[in-house]
Amino acid sequence: MIDAVARIGERALGRLAGIGHGARFFARLLAVAPSALARPRLVVEQLHFIGNRSLSIIAVSGLFVGFVLGLQGYYTLQRYGSAEALGLLVALSLVRELGPVVSALLFAGRAGTSLTAEIGLMKAGEQLAAMEMMAVDPMRRVLAPRFVAAVIAMPMLAAIFSAIGIVGAWGVGVQLIGVDAGSFWSQMQSGVDVFKDVGNGVVKSVVFGFVCAFVALYVGHEARPTPEGVSRATTTTVVASSLAVLGFDFILTALMFGTD
Amino acid sequence: MPDHAPFVSIESLRFGYGPRPLLQDVTLHVPRGSVVALMGGSGSGKTTLLRLLGGQLRAQSGRVVFDGQDVGALAREALYRMRRRMGMLFQFGALFTDLSVFENVAFPLREHTRLSDRMIRDLVLMKLDAVGLRGAAGLMPSQVSGGMARRVALARAMALDPPLLMYDEPFAGLDPISLGTIAHLIRNLNDALGATSIVVTHDVPETFAIADRVYLLGEGRVVASGTPAELRASSDPYVAQFLHGARDGPVRFHQPAPSIARDLGIPS
Repeated sequence: MIDAVARIGERALGRLAGIGHGARFFARLLAVAPSALARPRLVVEQLHFIGNRSLSIIAVSGLFVGFVLGLQGYYTLQRYGSAEALGLLVALSLVRELGPVVSALLFAGRAGTSLTAEIGLMKAGEQLAAMEMMAVDPMRRVLAPRFVAAVIAMPMLAAIFSAIGIVGAWGVGVQLIGVDAGSFWSQMQSGVDVFKDVGNGVVKSVVFGFVCAFVALYVGHEARPTPEGVSRATTTTVVASSLAVLGFDFILTALMFGTD
Repeated sequence: MPDHAPFVSIESLRFGYGPRPLLQDVTLHVPRGSVVALMGGSGSGKTTLLRLLGGQLRAQSGRVVFDGQDVGALAREALYRMRRRMGMLFQFGALFTDLSVFENVAFPLREHTRLSDRMIRDLVLMKLDAVGLRGAAGLMPSQVSGGMARRVALARAMALDPPLLMYDEPFAGLDPISLGTIAHLIRNLNDALGATSIVVTHDVPETFAIADRVYLLGEGRVVASGTPAELRASSDPYVAQFLHGARDGPVRFHQPAPSIARDLGIPS
């Protein structure tokens, strides 16, 4: 009995210590992140690596999500005789929700895992320890540029996702099914608010960028320095950042659009 | 700082990762300009000792003193300043796999100095030449052998001409030729650069050929120390077992365990 209580206590303490460790890591990462901007070349290199290479999957997914939205949206709207609102429906769904969320999920799978594996393997090869011994702080030199690059890349990728999605919906809705092009675009133009809809979507994707980058870097940095440890860490990154993105999305949506 | 003071000293140091101390009470001194070897079996805490010296770990009690500074008491900034005066060669080189051999050696120069690209190029080629690998400057770390990787790492460790060089198992897993090359380099670079070197290793012949002084670690303490000649003449059973690689001696062949009859369930 006493043993069981002691075990629960030990678990709880371990968890708390873990949270504290993560929080300190995050605080330090935030503290050194601005210093990465003083070396733009490192950030640009990572931006290319993280952002550019996620572009193809983001673009293709955006296109197909747009196709499907166009089809589904049309079937539902035409029952109420308001098929010309298709543009508005598609744009709002993409800009407010699907753009930021789906691109964050894809980003976690594409870029997050590669960040985790890279950091984990650098640690396993003692590269991070070697850097410390060369009096170069790996937090500043390795982690901060990746963090900043991910936070910059995320909203851009989400914007590209939404834009391509709208083009996809236009292709299906206007070109294929024959919804009136004029009302497709004009309803969209008058119904989407720059600050409330687009702005909040951007805020969301910036938050998701923070979340995905932090999870990927932290998990990689704490990975056990073995092949098994690194492979586990990449899985953890996908699961943890996906769940975190979905959770944050709900909270942010409730805060942003709750009091309409 | 009087010149006869040891460059590095460790005073009644105690450290452990868990509740059990790995290093119980270690005291040793490294005179300026010498090559000192820390020897001992695997798991005797040699590598840990290097990490304590570099300030990557902190002692539980006792002191680590580098050129008059108490390493354990330094704040992050001061610690990083101190590390610029140390070069460390990791066991498997720890080269940055995404950078070429040239860029690996250039890394500390680019990070810590504002030298022009031309100057950095000249310095890197000189360092690579000192380890005989100027011709490998354009290769990637994946394209060089284990022994070459370690020489590149050595060139990188001495890029900033640090007064202290530390080697973590520089001989592990090398072929006989590379092994001799590295041993020769450690001694020659130490003397040519006027540096001080600490070599952590368990390879007896190579080490005894180059070291000025040897500390033998075991059971978390220094069990013996002296010049290679003094250790060879020692009658201490532990020293004798270590030098001759005897299977049994003060260090048992068997891990402590219940009797094998009991483990196999044979009634005695």
